[in-house]
Amino acid sequence: MKRIISLKVNGSPVEDAVSDNMLLIDYLRDSKGLTGAKKGCDGGECGACIVLVDGRPRPSCITLVATCDGTEIETIEGQAQNGRLTPLQRAFHENLGAQCGFCTPGMIMTATSLLRDNPTPDDEQIKEALANNLCRCTGYVKIIKSVRRAAEMTQEMTKVTS
Amino acid sequence: MNTKLRNGAAGQPLPLIDGIEKVTGRAVFTADLDGADCLTGRILRSPVSHGRIVRIDVSKARELDGVVAIVTGTDCALTYGVIPIAMNEYPMARDKVRYRGEPVAAVAAVDAATAERALELIELEIEELPASFTAAEARKVEAGQLHEGKPGNLEREVHHEFGNVADGFAKAALVHQESFDCAEINHAQLEPHAALAEYDPERHRLTMHTVSQVPFYVHLMLARCLEMESSQIRVVKPFVGGGFGARTETLNFEIIVALLARAAGGKVMMRLTREECFLTHRGRPNTKVTMKIGLDRAGRITAVECEAVMAGGAYAGYGLVTILYAGALLHGIYQLPSVKFDGYRVYTNTPPCGAMRGHGTVDVRHAFECILDRMAREMGLDPFEVRRANLLEAPMYTANGLMVNSYGLAECLDKVQTASDWHDRRGRLASGQESRQGSRRGLGMACSHYVSGAAKPVHWTGEPHAVVSMKLDFDGSVTVLTGASDIGQGSSTIVAIAAAEILSIDIGRVRVVTNDSVITPKDNGSYSSRVTFMVGNAAIEAAKALREKLVNAAAIKLEVAVEDIECEGESFFVKGANAASQSVLSFQDVAIAALALEGTITVKGTFTTPVKAQGGKHRGGAVGSTMGFSYAAQVVEVEVDVDTGQVRVEKVWAALDCGFAINPLAVEGQIEGSVWMGMGQGLSEETHYVDGLPAHASFLDYRFPTIAESPDIDVQIVESIDPLGPFGAKEAGEGALSGFPPALVNAVADAVGLDANFLPLTPDRVQAALIKLRKAARRKEAAS
Repeated sequence: MKRIISLKVNGSPVEDAVSDNMLLIDYLRDSKGLTGAKKGCDGGECGACIVLVDGRPRPSCITLVATCDGTEIETIEGQAQNGRLTPLQRAFHENLGAQCGFCTPGMIMTATSLLRDNPTPDDEQIKEALANNLCRCTGYVKIIKSVRRAAEMTQEMTKVTS
Repeated sequence: MNTKLRNGAAGQPLPLIDGIEKVTGRAVFTADLDGADCLTGRILRSPVSHGRIVRIDVSKARELDGVVAIVTGTDCALTYGVIPIAMNEYPMARDKVRYRGEPVAAVAAVDAATAERALELIELEIEELPASFTAAEARKVEAGQLHEGKPGNLEREVHHEFGNVADGFAKAALVHQESFDCAEINHAQLEPHAALAEYDPERHRLTMHTVSQVPFYVHLMLARCLEMESSQIRVVKPFVGGGFGARTETLNFEIIVALLARAAGGKVMMRLTREECFLTHRGRPNTKVTMKIGLDRAGRITAVECEAVMAGGAYAGYGLVTILYAGALLHGIYQLPSVKFDGYRVYTNTPPCGAMRGHGTVDVRHAFECILDRMAREMGLDPFEVRRANLLEAPMYTANGLMVNSYGLAECLDKVQTASDWHDRRGRLASGQESRQGSRRGLGMACSHYVSGAAKPVHWTGEPHAVVSMKLDFDGSVTVLTGASDIGQGSSTIVAIAAAEILSIDIGRVRVVTNDSVITPKDNGSYSSRVTFMVGNAAIEAAKALREKLVNAAAIKLEVAVEDIECEGESFFVKGANAASQSVLSFQDVAIAALALEGTITVKGTFTTPVKAQGGKHRGGAVGSTMGFSYAAQVVEVEVDVDTGQVRVEKVWAALDCGFAINPLAVEGQIEGSVWMGMGQGLSEETHYVDGLPAHASFLDYRFPTIAESPDIDVQIVESIDPLGPFGAKEAGEGALSGFPPALVNAVADAVGLDANFLPLTPDRVQAALIKLRKAARRKEAAS
């Protein structure tokens, strides 16, 4: 069965007819061409597919798109504004928080949600927030550093503008 | 080749040149390629571990609407494999299946649901045969034989003796022997396997996009198995989400998807599930190591005897190289006067093993470093001192003919000893002051090493080992073309740095184009940590050739001799002339002048491994041979819960001699990643088969550490400046891995007095061993 849903994807309102059994990740990747969210496992184990649904990190590979009616979806593609990186993207890039880059979109989206809720997390809070995001390259050391650095950059920017 | 650094591009921490794509989601991996006009490929796999195929009937599946092509073992009668003398695997089983999950047929259909329904309609009849799942079972006389002419299922045995081991042990003051059981593990690279094959039946051409670490091998195997002219094949590697050895060999699905595309006369996308990635496997085999070491009174090693038995899975794959590495790389780190190695690679009815980070060395290094620690304890020596008593002096050759040109292990030892505050903290930790209730802390250490590329590739063609092309054009940009696969380790960035350093130009001027067989030069691929050393050297040579042309053009323009041209940053000027009076040419000026002489400039650089680095003359002597070894030492701090057996790693201090850190940021990342991967093997990673059925084939059941249980890793870089390395560099991505598991076990011994002879140190195993240890202590007490 198909149903009409309306939602926002990276700020743009969209209306689509979707199957009841369509997963959010397939909707994003196949219907919207947003391939930033990755399938790294067979369902809900690795976090590479995490996107924000109404600001909360959600594994899109175990989320039915039909349940996202009326929500706002944010993906990695919607982060950079006019091509300029967000502090988190910049910090992951400059501090080698990404090696192969496969886990990175999910990692950054989860961290984005963390920093909105808690702009100055300590290492334990970073670990707790990212515990559902697996990485096989970095040993996580530089991921923690990247999130910490992004928090600092955001603080510095806030100081400058206030 | 320790070129004097000119503009400092080399040696500065630099973010990856393809990093922006990765953090913005723009990096296109194989599974991200546009699949809109593709058929979907799916594989039917054997439900039994060992059996004779009696019948495969695809007629019902073929009738299903939307099914476009079906292939089975009858569609490819040619074997494939990574070792030319040991290719014994078909892309899809013919006659026999040898492991549960082995491909037997495949379907290409209009969508995934149709392809899966078609698989259900394929009728498969298999007569089951007795199966063996461990090396011990498979070696029994009555065990079912997997391959013709391989009694006892012995794929390969290796017997090497260098020096006189009997004499060595006779001279020893202490001889110690132990056996270790190290579980099979999987790479678990985060990107699942995927490939996109497009076949054009009008021109008989095949284009393949795949996740390979070595697209060149894929090219060779496609040509072989599809019986195509290799000139009609194009292999492209998009972004790859990690490899760790899993994708060194050509994998069955890569050939299957190409067979499907040809049968369909079109485009087929195949994305494997995580479970299928575990079935495709090629991980580190379960290895049982029995090792005996002799030490004299000063703690110097007099003799080593080692037996390694590997359960290699159902096919040869990399097996013979793995078992040879296990013996060869006993050497090259310490002074060893005599070494005897007996290796047995055994076929089992499980998914084939292969190369994994630290190929062949990890489990034998584990045994070695654990035994050495225990002997030091028995002799009242500090673990650091017993290692220092056995250091090499470079340059030298090992007893098995391996060349050691640079050796920074002593400095690595010093660095981690100081950083971890070893002397003061070890004693204090053992008394338990810093531990949580019911837990004990301990410190352990170990050393390790790895090759910087194999000096002899498995496909020996006589060509140079690496070729890099470089183009300078009218726009003043430098394009580097390489077939080296960046799989996340940052090899493209290394190539860009090498070009910028030698040409003395801004790195922003350099673009690197990689891995498209119609554009980039052939490369032997990303394995055995060869890329920085070989491709880095080739890039340096290419850049030097280009610089020569630029200097020549500048000399003509400034009307001086070539020797009089000085180059600083992107400026060319006459040496020693009055700075104010002389005219200065910009890079763009010189580029235009150089192009005026010959048009678009293309140059190339090559690297060939010197014969002196190619190993011993004995059979298998090329394995382990390299131009330079990386060396590492590490200290691990653990906390052991004495009731639950839970082992927590609190902190790691690691130092690695990478010769010279061309990109220190990437070197740190590689050391952290490899230490951490060693931690996974040490703490929790293992495969588990129930009647041949992988019971580990998900990330919930195959447990590698999450961020929550991952410790801080203090990294120190040691630079021994290798005489043959690019700017003095050696490898950095594998050497530190094999030191972790033994440092962990040694730390647990320090904490709770348990000498664990198993990997991984899962809570259940540690708890059982602790109970046994306590019982033994009580018995001893009662007896005295």
